[in-house]
Amino acid sequence: MTELSKTGAAVGEPTDSSPAPSSFLEVRDLKVHFPTDDGLVKSVDGLSFQLEKGKTLGIVGESGSGKSVTSLGIMGLHTAGQYGKRKAQISGEIWLNGTELLSADPDHVRKLRGRDMAMIFQDPLSALHPYYTIGAQIVEAYRTHHDVDKKTAKRRAVEMLDRVGIPQPDKRVDSYPHEFSGGMRQRAMIAMSLVNNPELLIADEPTTALDVTVQAQILDLIRDLQKEFGSAVIIITHDLGVVAELADDILVMYGGRCVERGPAEKVFYEPRHPYTWGLLGSMPRLDRDQQERLIPVKGSPPSLINIPSGCAFNPRCPYADIPKDNLTRTVRPELTEVGSKHWAACHMSQEQRERIWTEEIAPKL
Amino acid sequence: MNTQRTSGRRKQALAAAAVVAGLLTTAACGGGNGGGSKNGAAGFNAAVNKVAQADQVKKGGTLKFVSTQDADSWDTTRGYYGFMWDFSRYYSRQLVTYKTAPGAEGATLTPDLATDMGKVSDGGKTYTFTLRDGVTWEDGKPITSQDIKYGIERVWAQDVLSGGPIYLQQMLDPKNTYKGPYKDSAKDHLGLKAISTPDAKTVVFHLPTPNSDFLQVLAMVTASPVRQDMDTKSKYGLHPFSSGPYKFQSYSPGKNLVLVRNSNWKASSDPVRKAYPDKITLDISTNQVNSDQQLINGDYDVDASQTGLGPQGRQIALKQHKDNLDNPVSGFIRYAVFPQSVKPFDNLHCRKAVIYAADHVSLQTARGGPVAGGDIGTNMLPPTLAGGEGQKYDPYQISGANKNGNVDLAKQELKACGKPNGFSTTIAVRNNKSQEVATAESLQAALKKVGINADIYQYDGSQSPGIIGSPSNVAKKKLGIIIMGWGPDFPTVQGYGIPLWSSHYILQSGNNNYALIKDKTIDGLFDQYTTTLDESKKTQLSTEINHKVMEGAYYLPFTFERLLNIRSSRLANVYTTNAYSGYYDFVNLGLKSTK
Amino acid sequence: MLAYLIRRLFAAAVMLVVIILVVFSIFFLVPKWAGVDIATSFVGKQADPHAVEAVREKLGLSDPIYAQVWHFFKGIFVGRTYAAGGDVTHCAAPCFGYSFRSEQAVWPVLTDRFPVTLGLALGAAVLWLVFGVAAGVLSALKRGSLWDRGAMVVALSGVSLPIYFTGLLASAIFVFGLKWGSGNYVALGDSVTGWFGSMILPWITLAFLYAAMYARITRATMLEILGEDYIRTARAKGLTEPVVIGKHAMRSTMTPILTMLGMDLGALIGGAILTETTFSIPGLGQAVLTAIKNQDLPIILGVTLITSLAVLIANLAVDILYAVIDPRVRLA
Repeated sequence: MTELSKTGAAVGEPTDSSPAPSSFLEVRDLKVHFPTDDGLVKSVDGLSFQLEKGKTLGIVGESGSGKSVTSLGIMGLHTAGQYGKRKAQISGEIWLNGTELLSADPDHVRKLRGRDMAMIFQDPLSALHPYYTIGAQIVEAYRTHHDVDKKTAKRRAVEMLDRVGIPQPDKRVDSYPHEFSGGMRQRAMIAMSLVNNPELLIADEPTTALDVTVQAQILDLIRDLQKEFGSAVIIITHDLGVVAELADDILVMYGGRCVERGPAEKVFYEPRHPYTWGLLGSMPRLDRDQQERLIPVKGSPPSLINIPSGCAFNPRCPYADIPKDNLTRTVRPELTEVGSKHWAACHMSQEQRERIWTEEIAPKL
Repeated sequence: MNTQRTSGRRKQALAAAAVVAGLLTTAACGGGNGGGSKNGAAGFNAAVNKVAQADQVKKGGTLKFVSTQDADSWDTTRGYYGFMWDFSRYYSRQLVTYKTAPGAEGATLTPDLATDMGKVSDGGKTYTFTLRDGVTWEDGKPITSQDIKYGIERVWAQDVLSGGPIYLQQMLDPKNTYKGPYKDSAKDHLGLKAISTPDAKTVVFHLPTPNSDFLQVLAMVTASPVRQDMDTKSKYGLHPFSSGPYKFQSYSPGKNLVLVRNSNWKASSDPVRKAYPDKITLDISTNQVNSDQQLINGDYDVDASQTGLGPQGRQIALKQHKDNLDNPVSGFIRYAVFPQSVKPFDNLHCRKAVIYAADHVSLQTARGGPVAGGDIGTNMLPPTLAGGEGQKYDPYQISGANKNGNVDLAKQELKACGKPNGFSTTIAVRNNKSQEVATAESLQAALKKVGINADIYQYDGSQSPGIIGSPSNVAKKKLGIIIMGWGPDFPTVQGYGIPLWSSHYILQSGNNNYALIKDKTIDGLFDQYTTTLDESKKTQLSTEINHKVMEGAYYLPFTFERLLNIRSSRLANVYTTNAYSGYYDFVNLGLKSTK
Repeated sequence: MLAYLIRRLFAAAVMLVVIILVVFSIFFLVPKWAGVDIATSFVGKQADPHAVEAVREKLGLSDPIYAQVWHFFKGIFVGRTYAAGGDVTHCAAPCFGYSFRSEQAVWPVLTDRFPVTLGLALGAAVLWLVFGVAAGVLSALKRGSLWDRGAMVVALSGVSLPIYFTGLLASAIFVFGLKWGSGNYVALGDSVTGWFGSMILPWITLAFLYAAMYARITRATMLEILGEDYIRTARAKGLTEPVVIGKHAMRSTMTPILTMLGMDLGALIGGAILTETTFSIPGLGQAVLTAIKNQDLPIILGVTLITSLAVLIANLAVDILYAVIDPRVRLA
């Protein structure tokens, strides 16, 4: 099998002067806004992060926090296939392998899609075309980026199905999605996304639609494949548990922004944002009784049209009154470094947060 | 709820029709606004009571008819549509027929297959005819007296050949003793006693009782000869065997009919038919708006059904092609009739009250006005018939003093009837005739002014025989006023009035004597008429019968109907004839150019 | 599959018998309730009682309905012999009887008129599929644009304007205004180009109505499909937009459209009554309308049978096609 060149062509170099980053993937001040009749929906409102090859980033947040929008933004799926007047407004920079995607020629980005960056979706049943066989869909994905005949592509498909652990792949390749179980479908989906050896794999809630035992298998599979292919992986989830073992870095999103970012162990064991505490509290853990196990974050996610002033989390934050001068409700907190490569955006002082975490939160978890 | 929806739909349809009419007018304007002289049209009413452009006729060409309906049957025994009778002269001949002349003269008789008008003997009970020399069928064989007899015998076979008029049977065999040729045990199937054929050229009719209109009945298409070996019985109408100047080339029912010259017909044997065109076509169109437009454009020469142009076509034609129009009196009378079985119409004064109360101008307008509708009808005998007086006889001052209704007189009559405050009744009207519905509404409004409350009962027009033709149904539903129209089957008082006014014609189903007139005077006058051979005496009796009917106030006439028909500028030798209710005399139409 | 087909065909046969029974019942029972004697409308103006009775006898109207239905079906399979008043006719199978009015055998009338209607329906279907689906797809892709709004206004008018309006309008403008064609039907056998010329307006008029419906359905379905996850997946695979729309989205969009097409064609093959009447096209619809006006039962029955058969076959075809398009559907 021929490994085709994957270096990004020098098309669509960024026009602004900021230098190309050294990271494999770097997102700078990404904003994704959707105009609607009710107002501008600021789904992502200034997000930055980097990701290196072979590393895994977990993006965590409630639904509506902007995590899926971010991933679709990277894939360029907000511009492709958006018909009519209500197009998404996107700004910022997305650097992949030295190419800035937002200013690049859309067709160039399309060629990157599926080849350099691939995506796994939440519900494999709806994400696979019901009228085409699994094999045909994988073959199509492969042949879009590789000039090979159908036979070769089909062999590749069978190989990939085998690799993701589907039994009798040479038979199953001709099955339709509805003939697969949920877990098998997600495996097939993974096979399809990895068929072109992408350097970046985005998994958007890859296990949410699956039952618990299958979840673990799929996560193991993603981890194994990552090791094998050396891809960079972004896992998007509302469930910290999913990324606990998988992610190298974790990025917590709230109201379209990053509220905490850092290495996984830091975010898990020394979280410095009240929202992260809430997420940790609502994480199901097998070693706890059901009654005390779940401490959900009170209240509901903010409206992305009218994001609360000050700290977006302030209406739900039990500690909103600790900082002086009503700071939480008037000034938006910036990300500040709270440890090595660990940032959080909160008006409380480091000490206050450390004390609350160690004295009030951690013991209850 | 349901009614509202229907009316909404109807409004929509009417609106659509109006818009289309407007567009058609514009389209026609763009298509060229030819005046009469420019395109050679003869002028308005140029074919009424005179022959238009007889001198321009050329032999040959294709004469193109169009119609929105096919004939009921082209079988000479079975057809009853007026236009079928008119058209059938192309392929059928009779012993005697109507003169090919315009207007009233067209309703007089002349010998056809026979050498003369027949020898009448035995006090009007025996008619003897001799056939002309050289009369032939389409295969060249001579037409014999047996063929005449056989053709007439077919009228008795109503079990196979239903649909046509049965006057011949009624006059020759009133007791209906003969079973028809198909059940005839005689070897030659010529068992009808009332007709004898002493030799191949002689036909003798023996009437049990004299009838002065017998020749009229012999002129009807039902008296056409049919050759036994060519009789396909119930299928005969699909391809009648021709005795006339044209024969069937092809016929697809509901689609088209093509006649071509019958090469075995000899002009010398036929003093009546001129046979100008080489070919005659009839196309059936299901869209009157389109076929009217095609007539106006000259794509077709004549409307075969002669029912006149539709509202849209009329509007366009009157504006732009008036020189191509004829507006003859048709012989039809439109009227309301009062069944005496429904109270209070058993009372003469209540009937008169309705006649006086009606707004006759409004009724005429509802019929379409003076041109499309006709003249205000003042009595019940069509002015086209012998004895008809037209508006000169107006016993209720319908077109005179009372033309807009006379409330005072109506109230007086109501008082005399014993209903000084009026009464309630029902007007029965066919739902498929918009003009009849309009007259019902006009009448309803006028009657309200004198305290008569009338409901309108609309029924399926195709069901007339069972609804208004059933006296028991009329009595049960209390249909006090029935709106109808009538035209003569043959142009005499008998051909028009006997089914309407004779007590002998009251039937349990398919009745036409809706008023249930049982007047010994009228019956007596009809008896007298049928035995009177003198024409002037017959005319006088006709007038008398009409007067008796009007004096009984059984009818409220609306209009002496007029037709509005269009002839193409290609046509020559055009005239309307009273023989066929004001239709063009098809048989002698010709073309100015053979192209 | 075979078992399925046999089961469906059997059901169709039962359905046809029921339909024929219903037509017979309507034809005979409704006039009975209305107190009307059908036979009287087949005799002359004077309705001579003997003649009425003879007609009743000849047309078989005096037989009980079940006997008439029995004779009708027997005629189709083994033929039947008509004998009335000394007129004996044998009608060979498939015998659908003789028209009460014109005395034509019904079967040749049907076989004569069926191709006319088929030509009308198929020609119009090609037009409305091409233009309706194209307009619908374009509207969906350009949602909210001037094109979209314009197309949908046209589509709305197409759906709501009756054929007798659009048809007359088309005739007024093109035939009588611009003098295109004569406005008369030309048989395919007489002249291919003449036929084509005479059918263009009817096709367009009929297709306009359906194209409007199809455009609306296509647009709605396409919009719904474009929101599906698998379309996003297709894009995520790096497929070009023409492939995403033309292959992935179209295949799903075609499913409801084909269902509709089957039904519409089935119904139209029984006669596009309004179109045929408006343009004087001698098809089944025109025949049945005239037959209803004339109380011509055998023609009504014949056309009803053809229509029902066409609808049932179309139904079956749609179901089979559905299974072909959508692998999730299995015929059982």
